[in-house]
Amino acid sequence: MPDVLEPSIGVQPQPSDGSSVLSPLPPATVTDERAARRTLLDQVERLEHELSSLFISTWPRKGFELSVPARGGPRVLTLGELEGLRDDLARRAQDARRSLSDRTYVEEQSRRRIEEMLLEPEKHRWVRVSNEDIGEPGCKHWHVTPRWGVLGYLMNWWRVKISSGCPLAPGRGRRPRPAPRFTVGRGLRP
Amino acid sequence: MSGTADPALERGWVAAELADDFPGLELWIAGVHAGSGRSPQSVRIRLRALAGRITGGHVVHMRQDPVPWAYRVLWRQVGLDPDVNRPPAERIAVERLRAGGIPSQNLLDDALTIATLETGVGVVAFDTGLVGTALGLRLTSTGEQLGGTGRALGPRQIVIADEDCPLATLDGEVAEERGVTRATRATVLAAIRARNVPAISVEEALWTVAETLLTED
Repeated sequence: MPDVLEPSIGVQPQPSDGSSVLSPLPPATVTDERAARRTLLDQVERLEHELSSLFISTWPRKGFELSVPARGGPRVLTLGELEGLRDDLARRAQDARRSLSDRTYVEEQSRRRIEEMLLEPEKHRWVRVSNEDIGEPGCKHWHVTPRWGVLGYLMNWWRVKISSGCPLAPGRGRRPRPAPRFTVGRGLRP
Repeated sequence: MSGTADPALERGWVAAELADDFPGLELWIAGVHAGSGRSPQSVRIRLRALAGRITGGHVVHMRQDPVPWAYRVLWRQVGLDPDVNRPPAERIAVERLRAGGIPSQNLLDDALTIATLETGVGVVAFDTGLVGTALGLRLTSTGEQLGGTGRALGPRQIVIADEDCPLATLDGEVAEERGVTRATRATVLAAIRARNVPAISVEEALWTVAETLLTED
């Protein structure tokens, strides 16, 4: 029953002899986009909230891409642009969520490793775990080293050394020497 | 127009197509009989104290504070990237981290900075004599220029406008020829209220600017 099922709304009937193909008629009514626009704007709001939460969850970790490019605003975006924005935000949030999940799994492993190092340092010789490996800010690290140097190495006496943090700022260095009063080719300085 | 620190607040008009998309978007206006000039000592001290309260952690979490968050959402919905073109409060806070402080510029800019940092609401200022009487929010049409003679604006941009021309963009760019100068004796303050921003925050922002502009040494 193809004649019954084929849609015919907005399409001009074709002549029976097939002499010419006519273009579809434009719709007679203007579509009200307000409801669709409102829904998309709400979705953008929710996704922006999710991205903000993800930004705070990922901080101070590095390597997460959370930005979504601007659309040349401030202006009222078209329905298509809003859909594109919504899709980009959703994709970015999904990628960030997945990356954060992977990263936190690795960090959990590192935390467990620190506990094992502290319990049995001799089984984790020379292993070093830093704050960055467990998703924390700062320069602290846990390092398994032999107690008393070579003796501890030979006797299998191992311990975990915990660093005290970031190195101090180097300062501004020595004061520069004053420049000579005479400069070749320029005479006496004022 | 008011010569007191509590000026009467008015609501500007909002174009229908804008109100359809952004229910809750409003423009609040206040007039003050004051111009700019050098900041008195008390204002500079207040600015320094505010700068001292901003830390890295504060800036990171700022995007989840209710007011900056509401502007961040609005920025996103109008096609801006709030991580590049930051909402007012975030912009000042990030700049404070970058520069290591908030240097005093002039009385008006200091007043706007203080109000924005304390409330999260961005405020723009115009010379009363250089703008019309009815300010509002609307979309631009093709070929319009900021301030009537400034840079060209694209179609359907969201602007603060008077009866004649666009005066400022939504993100706070004010037309140079309509802004406050040394000769200004009266100032119009305008603040955009995004959805979910409490009315009291906008009132507080406008009152703070007015109060600061009327500060005496």
